[in-house]
Amino acid sequence: MSAPMAGLPPRPQPGTPRPYHFPAVHRTALPNGVKVLVVPMPRLPIVTAMTYVDAGATADPTGAEGLAVLTAASLTEGIAGYEGVRLIERFEQLGTVASVWADWEGSYARLTVLKAQLAPALEMLAEVLRAPTFPVREVERLRDIRLADLVQQLAEPRGLADERFDAFLYAPTTRYARSVGGTPKTVGGITREQIVAFHDRHYGPKTTTLILVGDLTLEAGVELATTAFGDWRHAAVRGPAAVDTTTASGRQIVLVEKPEAPQSELRVGHLGVPRLHPDYLPIVVMNGILGGFFSSRINLNLRERHAFTYGASSSFAWRRAAGPFMVGTAVKTEVTGRALEEILKEIDAMRAAPPTASELALAADYLAGVFPLRFESTAAVAGTLASAESLGIPEDFYSTYRERVRALTADQVHAAAQAHLHPDRLLVLAVGDTAAVAPMLEGMGLGPVTRVAADLDPTEGR
Amino acid sequence: MKIPLETYTLPNGLRVVLSEDHATPIVAVNLWYHVGSANEREGRTGFAHLFEHMLFQGSAQVGANEHFELIQRAGGTLNGSTWLDRTNYYETLPSHQLELALWLEADRMARLLPAMTQEKLDTQRDVVMNERRWSVDNQPYGTWWERLPALCFPPEHPFHHSLIGSMEDLTEASLDDVATFFRTYYTPDNAVLTIAGDVDPAEARRLVERHFGAIPRGTGRPALPDMSLPPTFGGRRREVVEDAVVAPRLFLAFRIPPAGADAWYAAYLLSAVLGSGEACRLDTALVRDQAIATSAGAYTYDLTKGSDLLVVDVTARPGTDPAALESAVEGVIDRVISEGVSAEERRRALALLETAWVTELQSAGSRADALSKFATYHDDPALLNAELARYDGVSAEEATAFARRYLVAENRATLLYVPRAEVGAEVGAGEVAA
Repeated sequence: MSAPMAGLPPRPQPGTPRPYHFPAVHRTALPNGVKVLVVPMPRLPIVTAMTYVDAGATADPTGAEGLAVLTAASLTEGIAGYEGVRLIERFEQLGTVASVWADWEGSYARLTVLKAQLAPALEMLAEVLRAPTFPVREVERLRDIRLADLVQQLAEPRGLADERFDAFLYAPTTRYARSVGGTPKTVGGITREQIVAFHDRHYGPKTTTLILVGDLTLEAGVELATTAFGDWRHAAVRGPAAVDTTTASGRQIVLVEKPEAPQSELRVGHLGVPRLHPDYLPIVVMNGILGGFFSSRINLNLRERHAFTYGASSSFAWRRAAGPFMVGTAVKTEVTGRALEEILKEIDAMRAAPPTASELALAADYLAGVFPLRFESTAAVAGTLASAESLGIPEDFYSTYRERVRALTADQVHAAAQAHLHPDRLLVLAVGDTAAVAPMLEGMGLGPVTRVAADLDPTEGR
Repeated sequence: MKIPLETYTLPNGLRVVLSEDHATPIVAVNLWYHVGSANEREGRTGFAHLFEHMLFQGSAQVGANEHFELIQRAGGTLNGSTWLDRTNYYETLPSHQLELALWLEADRMARLLPAMTQEKLDTQRDVVMNERRWSVDNQPYGTWWERLPALCFPPEHPFHHSLIGSMEDLTEASLDDVATFFRTYYTPDNAVLTIAGDVDPAEARRLVERHFGAIPRGTGRPALPDMSLPPTFGGRRREVVEDAVVAPRLFLAFRIPPAGADAWYAAYLLSAVLGSGEACRLDTALVRDQAIATSAGAYTYDLTKGSDLLVVDVTARPGTDPAALESAVEGVIDRVISEGVSAEERRRALALLETAWVTELQSAGSRADALSKFATYHDDPALLNAELARYDGVSAEEATAFARRYLVAENRATLLYVPRAEVGAEVGAGEVAA
C-alpha cells in the first residue's frame, strides 16, 4: 500500500451496508408430485421458467455415455404437430429460446420471456418435457453434431486437457472418467430407441421441479404450473443415488503430445469431495485463497510475479459424488517445469500454515460481497435454485451463506487444506510440445512420465 | 421499459452519467476512454491493450495489483477490455463501497505515471504475450481475430492491424510509450464515467466532484485519420488459411454503414434474420436442412466510425469439402436477396431482440456499459432508451432493400479456414483476390 499524498482525498472508508436478502422462494408441489418453486422478482416485465429433471449423466447406461445429454438436447426437436424447425419457430415467435441441456445431476430446460407471453411459452415447454416425439432425422442429426463437437473439443488444447484429466484421474470403469457428453465412441452408438427409453424411464412428474422467477405472484405461478403440468401422469425413476468414484491407481505424470505447441496446458489435481460434504464452506474459502479468484496465491504467483501465464486458477468441481480438485493454467512452453514447481509449492504452503488474517478476510469478504451480484437476473436465480435442487442443497443455504462464510476462522480453513489437499496423490497432466516439455517433467523427480498421443483415449481398453 | 438517467459534464470535460435503481444494494461504476487499437502509432500494434493491463499496476496512492485486491476485498468484481476504438474499465460492488471505486478510478486517471516501472511493464508484456498464445496462437481458428479486419480494411486504415498486437511490436513497447499514451488519451475530456444502480444522484455528484473535479483537462490529442471508405468492397476478397483444425470454417464479411446510421439498423435486423436464434435462415438451411454445418451465426462489429462489418460465421462438419461449405453459405445469402425478408421473419427477429434487450439490462453493469457506449460514440446516453424503437422502425421491405444493396457478390470478403491436409487445388490454396 502506498502512502496517502498531501492534498489528495484519502482512501475512502465504506459507508453503511444496506441489507441484502436472497429473494424469497415459495415452495409447493402439485398433487401429481411436480415440485414448484415460485420467486417473485417484479422489477422488470419478464419471467424465467426453468425445469430440472432428475435425469443426468450419472444415469447413462454403460456403453451409452452421453445419452442423458443427447436426450435433453433432443427434447425441443418435436411435439405433436410441430417438428424440427417449426417447433423452434413457435418459441422464437414468442420472443424466447428454450435452452435444453444436461449435467451430471440432471436435465434442464430454461426460457426467459416477456410476462405477456409466459402462458403459451410455458405450455409448450411442458409439452416438450412430457411428450417429445424425438423425430429420427433430427435425433440423428443432433448425434452427428455432438460427435463433431467432441472432435472439435479434442482438437483444442484446453478442451483436450480438461477431458484427459478426468480420463486419467478416474478408473476407466467409472462414469466420471468420461466427459458428461460421452466420448466419440459412446456417442456414435446411441440410437433413437435408447433416447425414447431413457426419457420414458426418467422423465415424469415425481422427478421434475418447475422454477418460475420474475414478474409474477405465487398464486399466478401455481395456476400456470397446474395448467401446464397438473395432469401429467407417468411413473419415472430417479437417477442413481450413488456414483462410483474409484480413481486410477498411483501417482501419474502424463504428457499429452502436441508437437510445436507454443504453450503447455497444465492440469494438476486429485479427487475432491461431494458437494454435501460438511467441510464445503471451509473448502470454498480455502480454495479461494489458493486459486479461486484473481487476488489468489496461485494467480498472483504465476501471472503477476512470474509472468508465466495469462491466468491460473484452482477449483473443486461440485457434484453429488466426489468431483475433481484441479489447478489449471496455460503457460509458455519454456517455463512448463518452473510453473509446475510453483503450483506444487503453493499446494504445499496451503497445508503448511494457516492463511494470514488479511488473506482470510480478503477471501471471505470477496465471497460474501459478490454473492448478491450473482443474483441480478431472473435466469441466474432460477439456475441457482435448479442446481440446489439437483445437488440436494438445504433450503436455508442461500439465506445463511454470507454470515457463515464470514464466521470461518483461519484454523478451520487450514484444517480444510490439510484434510482435502493431497500432494502425495496428485495427477499431473500437460498438453504440450513433447521435445521441450518431456525433459522438464522428467527432471523434476516426480516419477515416470507417461507420454500419450493426443488421440489416445485412456477410457478405451486401458 | 425506460432506463432512468441524468447526465452532465464537469468543467474538465469529463462526461458523467447517473442511473438510479434501488432494486438491489449494488452499484456499477463504468469508465470508457475513447481510445483503442485504432489510435496506436506505427510499430506499436497491441499497445492500447498492453496499456490497459498497466492500469491495474497501481497509481500514486495504489500499489501494484492493489486495485484488484481492494475491489475484491470490498466484495466487488472488476475488469477492463480493449476494443478497436475504446477501452473500458468497470467495477460492480456493494453500494456502500461506491466511493472506493471512484477513488481508485480517479487516482489512476490523475496519477498513473508515478507508479509505472520497467519491471511492471516487462511483466505485463509477458502476460499479454501469454494471452496472445492462449487466445490466438494455440487456439484453432484463433487468428481470425486479426485476419478478418486485415482482409476487410485497407492497410493504412486504423482498423486494419491486430488488436492483441504482434510479438515484435509488444517487445518494442517502452515506458516512454506508456507516458505518452497516458498523457494523450487518458484525460477526463476523453472519458465517460457512468454510475448505475443503488446510488443517490446528489451524493454521486458530490463524490464525482471530490475525486475527479481537480483532474486537469488534456492538452489535445491527434484526430484519427478520415476513416470513411467506399460503401462496399467493390470486389470480392478472399483468403484461405491452412490451420490445425478438424473442420472448415467460413467467415463471410460484408461492409455496411457505421453503427448508429439509419441503414445500420436494417443491417442489424438482417443479421438477426440470418443468424439469431435457431429458426434463422443460416441455421435452418445449413445446420438442419443441408446438415453441412455444426453451427452458424451472424453478427455486426458495431463500429461507429467510417463503416461497420456484418459477418456470417459458419463451422462445417468435419470432413466437409470447403468448397461445398462456401457455396452453401453463399446460397443462403443469394436466397435472402432473391426472396427478400418476410414480415414473419422480421417479427421473429424483433421478438427475440426485445426479450434479449430487457434480459440484458437487468444487470447494473450492463446498463452502465450501454450508457457509457451511447455517451462515448453518440454524445447522448439517452439514445439507449430510443434504441428498441429504431430496430422496430425497420420494415421488411427496408431489410430486403438493404440485402440487395449490401450483400451482393462485390461486397463479400471470404476468410476460409481449412484443415491442413485438405488444402488443395479446388479451393485455391492461399490465394487472395482482393
